[in-house]
Amino acid sequence: MSGKPKLHYFNGRGRMEPIRWLLAAAGVEFEESFLEKKDDLTKLQKDGSLLFQQVPMVEIDGMKMVQTRAIANYIAMKYNLYGKDLKERALIDMYVEGIFDLNELFMYYEIQPADKKEQHFANMMDKATNRYFPAFEKVLKDHGQDFLVGNQLSRADVQLLDTILMAEEFKPDILAKFPLLQVNEWTNSNIPKIKKFLQPGSQKKPPTPGEDIPKVMAIFY
Amino acid sequence: MAAKPKLHYTRGRGKMESIRWLLAAAGVEFEEQFIETKEDLEKLRNDGVLLFQQVPMVEIDGMRMVQTRAILSYIAAKYNLYGKDLKERAWIDMYVEGTTDLMGMIIYLPFQPADTKEKNLALIIERATTRYFPVYEKALKDHGQDYLVGNKLSWADIHLLEAILMTEECKPDILSAFPLLQAFKGRISNIPTIKKFLQPGSQRKPPTDEKFIAVVRKIFNI
Repeated sequence: MSGKPKLHYFNGRGRMEPIRWLLAAAGVEFEESFLEKKDDLTKLQKDGSLLFQQVPMVEIDGMKMVQTRAIANYIAMKYNLYGKDLKERALIDMYVEGIFDLNELFMYYEIQPADKKEQHFANMMDKATNRYFPAFEKVLKDHGQDFLVGNQLSRADVQLLDTILMAEEFKPDILAKFPLLQVNEWTNSNIPKIKKFLQPGSQKKPPTPGEDIPKVMAIFY
Repeated sequence: MAAKPKLHYTRGRGKMESIRWLLAAAGVEFEEQFIETKEDLEKLRNDGVLLFQQVPMVEIDGMRMVQTRAILSYIAAKYNLYGKDLKERAWIDMYVEGTTDLMGMIIYLPFQPADTKEKNLALIIERATTRYFPVYEKALKDHGQDYLVGNKLSWADIHLLEAILMTEECKPDILSAFPLLQAFKGRISNIPTIKKFLQPGSQRKPPTDEKFIAVVRKIFNI
């Protein structure tokens, strides 16, 4: 009996969001069990369900998988979003790691102390527009294809779209200088499974409002 | 003609050390080009050879690979150190992410403010002995095999050995409560390619000292 994958995390984006995106892009239905207070996390830890006492944790194919990258790798591989050979996988991995680094900056913005927020914002916008987006714009320009790797949708495109949309929440015209990324964003947003995930009522999570951050932190600290 | 992989980084361990370990364990000879000054890094950036303007960068099989995990995954897969199927890969990935988190704490220790060092070191020791090492000890106990995954040497074993040795540099008796890890350490250290890497004169880098930290801060502007 194979049940649907079950995601254990708080009801927000955090480190689970890339996994939600991948499952959605692969057309895989999933369930979610939300941590709302510290006791919920403690219970999972005491149950022995968390290999390193941490979430994300995803119950999938008889395993209780932890570690964001391990989970994302497994899903991408299983659902053919990881390229067709070792070299394509290498490119996908490089791109995805860059995207993860940019995501970390976005993720940590809300929890910056008030006096550090402005500098953090400037840094993340600088990195997005001068380091990461130019790299991906160039990749698309050099091969002239619609997708980042191997002329087909891969996790690199899915995670890039997630990040672009997050960046646009901070600065709506952030792709102004990146025409090919704009096309890539539009193309990928209109892939049926992704389009469905982008609609209201899906399991895609909104940003956590500033006033809710302390409650989330209290689960983990 | 298969050229040797060429590693671009500083002379220190940092994020490149795990890559050196994996290549060495796989028996792959490699060259190194050391970044000694800020200008060396700027040159690489201006040459356009760093996808995200960062090192590590490894020239391998016609690619200029960046991002530590991407490089490690490629080497592991190429040299059959990544398990035999998707499920074994999943376990290797989980274990490696754990040792990455632990080693990450140790790598950043010298860069933390001086007044937090003692607290951070205590946290490393606590995490090593209550969060990470118990997991690997249990894995070995549960299946009774010599290696973490699939009864065969994998990236997970090599990475764990590296993490054990690095943590022992923080506290020499850190494995005192983990008999199976002690035996594991002995066993994996004696694999010929790894034994060679552990000997003086190899490309393994020493722990970072105060003087070198200052050099690194200058190169990366941190």
